[in-house]
Amino acid sequence: MPSLNPAELSPQITMRALNFYYGQTHALKNINLDVYRNTVTAFIGPSGCGKSTLLRTINRMYDLYPGQRADGDLLIDGVNVLADDVDTIELRAKVGMVFQKPTPFPMTIYENIAFGVRMHEKLSRIEMDDRVEWALTKAALWDEVKDKLNRQGTSLSGGQQQRLCIARGVAVKPRVLLLDEPTSALDPISTMRIEELVNELKKEFTIVIVTHNMQQAARVSDFTAYMYLGELVEFGKTDDIFIKPQDKRTEDYITGRMG
Amino acid sequence: MVTNSEKNARAAKTAKNRFADMLFRNLTRAMATLTLLLLVGIIVSLTIGAWPSIKAFGWGFFASSEWNPPADRFGGLGPMYGTLITAFIAVAIALPISFGIALFLTELSPAWLRRPLGIAIELLAGIPSIVYGMWGLLVFSPVFASTVQPWLAKTLGQVPLIGKLFAGPPIGIGILAAGIILAIMIIPFITSVMRDVFELTPAMLKESCYGLGGTTWEVVWNVVLPYTRVGVIGGTMLGLGRALGETMAVTFIIGNTSVLDSFSLFMPGNSIASALANEFAEATSPLYTSALIELGLVLFFITFVVLSFSKLLLFSLEKKAGTTS
Amino acid sequence: MNLVQRRKLINVIALGYSLAAIAFGLVWLIWILVMVFEKGVGAMTLNLFTEMTPPPGDVGGGLKNAIAGSALMVSLAMLIGTPVAVLAGIYLAEYGRRTTLGKVTRFLNDILLSAPSIVIGLFVYAIYVARVGEFSGMAGAVALALLVLPVVIRTTEDMLVLVPNTLREAAYALGAPQWKVIVMITLRAAKTGIVTGALLALARISGETAPLLFTALNNQFWSLDLGKPMSNLPMVIFQFAMSPYENWQELAWAGVFLITLGVLLLNIVARVLFRKSATQ
Repeated sequence: MPSLNPAELSPQITMRALNFYYGQTHALKNINLDVYRNTVTAFIGPSGCGKSTLLRTINRMYDLYPGQRADGDLLIDGVNVLADDVDTIELRAKVGMVFQKPTPFPMTIYENIAFGVRMHEKLSRIEMDDRVEWALTKAALWDEVKDKLNRQGTSLSGGQQQRLCIARGVAVKPRVLLLDEPTSALDPISTMRIEELVNELKKEFTIVIVTHNMQQAARVSDFTAYMYLGELVEFGKTDDIFIKPQDKRTEDYITGRMG
Repeated sequence: MVTNSEKNARAAKTAKNRFADMLFRNLTRAMATLTLLLLVGIIVSLTIGAWPSIKAFGWGFFASSEWNPPADRFGGLGPMYGTLITAFIAVAIALPISFGIALFLTELSPAWLRRPLGIAIELLAGIPSIVYGMWGLLVFSPVFASTVQPWLAKTLGQVPLIGKLFAGPPIGIGILAAGIILAIMIIPFITSVMRDVFELTPAMLKESCYGLGGTTWEVVWNVVLPYTRVGVIGGTMLGLGRALGETMAVTFIIGNTSVLDSFSLFMPGNSIASALANEFAEATSPLYTSALIELGLVLFFITFVVLSFSKLLLFSLEKKAGTTS
Repeated sequence: MNLVQRRKLINVIALGYSLAAIAFGLVWLIWILVMVFEKGVGAMTLNLFTEMTPPPGDVGGGLKNAIAGSALMVSLAMLIGTPVAVLAGIYLAEYGRRTTLGKVTRFLNDILLSAPSIVIGLFVYAIYVARVGEFSGMAGAVALALLVLPVVIRTTEDMLVLVPNTLREAAYALGAPQWKVIVMITLRAAKTGIVTGALLALARISGETAPLLFTALNNQFWSLDLGKPMSNLPMVIFQFAMSPYENWQELAWAGVFLITLGVLLLNIVARVLFRKSATQ
């Protein structure tokens, strides 16, 4: 277990005075937060608290919708990704994302993985085969699908589909992986496999996970941020947050008196 | 660290992506604009084509029923009357029938029968109009002439005033027969819109009425119909729009004569569409062609207004259903 | 009779009426189909496909030139109309949901969907036939293509809107540019629905007669020259059904049978396809 002393960790994502608006609604209020390299950071809080919004700010998913905007600083490796001249395509190659429900593309398992890679790199057939195998192995799916790579992605079970989506994100070799309630649509066994996977993946990627399930946050994350009504109430090492929360609101939420 | 050449390569890639995006967006936009221009093009080109006739006859075109190609004198009243009266007959017949069918499909039909019946009605909508036309001419009109028409003449024909509508020899083809064929054609259109709008009624609203002890009929009459009134009118307008512009089914059976000298529905007549179908390719003088194009322009204008009205009504109902549910 | 009995009686009468209405509707469908099949099957011979349309007074004959002309014009119309319509549908669903151009186009397209097809024929006559000075197969194909447009635009838009937004987001999250998201993900996810729309458009134009009256006209002889008038099934049916010759009428029934069968099959295939995609 590596040290989790913030002084010894280097921040990969830095948020300073970050605000977010849906039209007139002020959805994120003055967020200041560091996400450290090769750790798992969990965002928790009651629904509507802004945790998913914060996640979607990191890869600027909000760009797709008119009327949504962010201000303040959000730096990834020292570059402010909220700047106008940032190419969102390139940004998203560095920041992968997995959604609440599995989103396999309407193509074969192999093509699902290769699709993203092809957009950012030119690989030979053999290199691509290797990359697909590598990504599926990372996502602990290779053994189950290696004989049916030409089947449709939609033919897999729900848990397999979600791991396929993780593999798809990993295949592009991003630096950061965003997981937006990745197990909310899955059965307990599939959920466990994904949680194990998250533990493996943090060796190579920085992971941010949004979850509505506190036990999950406690199990998989190194750091936890508790959010409430668009504000970051408390942020710290997961053990600290769950054992001795500083803020009354955090304590209420964690002990189940609210939520 | 990032070298300069890497930076340049990245900038080039960004530019390429932006360019491809722009190209694709504008391509799709151009195609959408093309559709829009199609409508404008129809109006402009038909107006230009009709101009000689508009200049020659002015408003008189709408007041005269003289259709005289050898003398190059044209008045469009005959075909316009035929178009309106056949479409009116069609809607008058189709509306109550469609309502009954939609009522059956939404409220009465056992679940297992709903789908096949719905499909059958929609297939009826898919049959090309030339099939209706040919069937109408060769199968329907002889039967019509030997049974329905004599009966109508004996009953309604004896009533003062209305009787004039059912006078004359029962020859099968004519305005009434065309209206009936049109009615059969538009029943599926009106029915499927009605069924769709009936289904928009919030279940809770219907259940409230059933909860008070209402019968099926009372629920439909007092809740469903008032709630969907706008949609029902919209669907009827849609059917009317179809009936106004229908060509082949009418051309086969209306009789194709531009003489307008009797109000009897048994008499042969002409509609705008059937006049175009029969005469356009053989029109000899430029003014003849132009007068026919003017008829086409009038037809397009009428259907455009009717269909716009229908669309707006249906849209407002969808909006209402969207906000209350 | 007390109030409750009266209400129940009215209910029964109304329900009886609705039953009568559906019977009335089905009677026509069955009557038409039975006649078409009865007369059509009787007129089915191999000669239909090997012999040309006969001149007046001649015996026998077939529909070879009409079938070929129809097939050629209909395929050409699909080739021209479908790509344009799919692109326009993409604009409406992906770029123009809230723009003025999108709203106006959507509205007018819905009107074109029900606009009289004979007016489309007039339009093509005015801008094409009158300029070139000759009726032609090409003009017929263009007129039919214009009828394909509204049908396919409408279904393309509807189907694209049904594609869940998360699928689009997932593709954007990988760093895909918008056109790639649309072409490779959204369009692919909506593929079956769009094919359904194209099949329905094909069914519609296969039986269309009115727009061909003054574009393709007709041709008694074998010709696949797109610059010349071209024979086609609907026009032959129109001409032959109105004629007094028995062999012409028989050929007309055969033609109507072929068209009805084709259109019904296309409708059914489209429905089955669509249902399959909906349950997926």
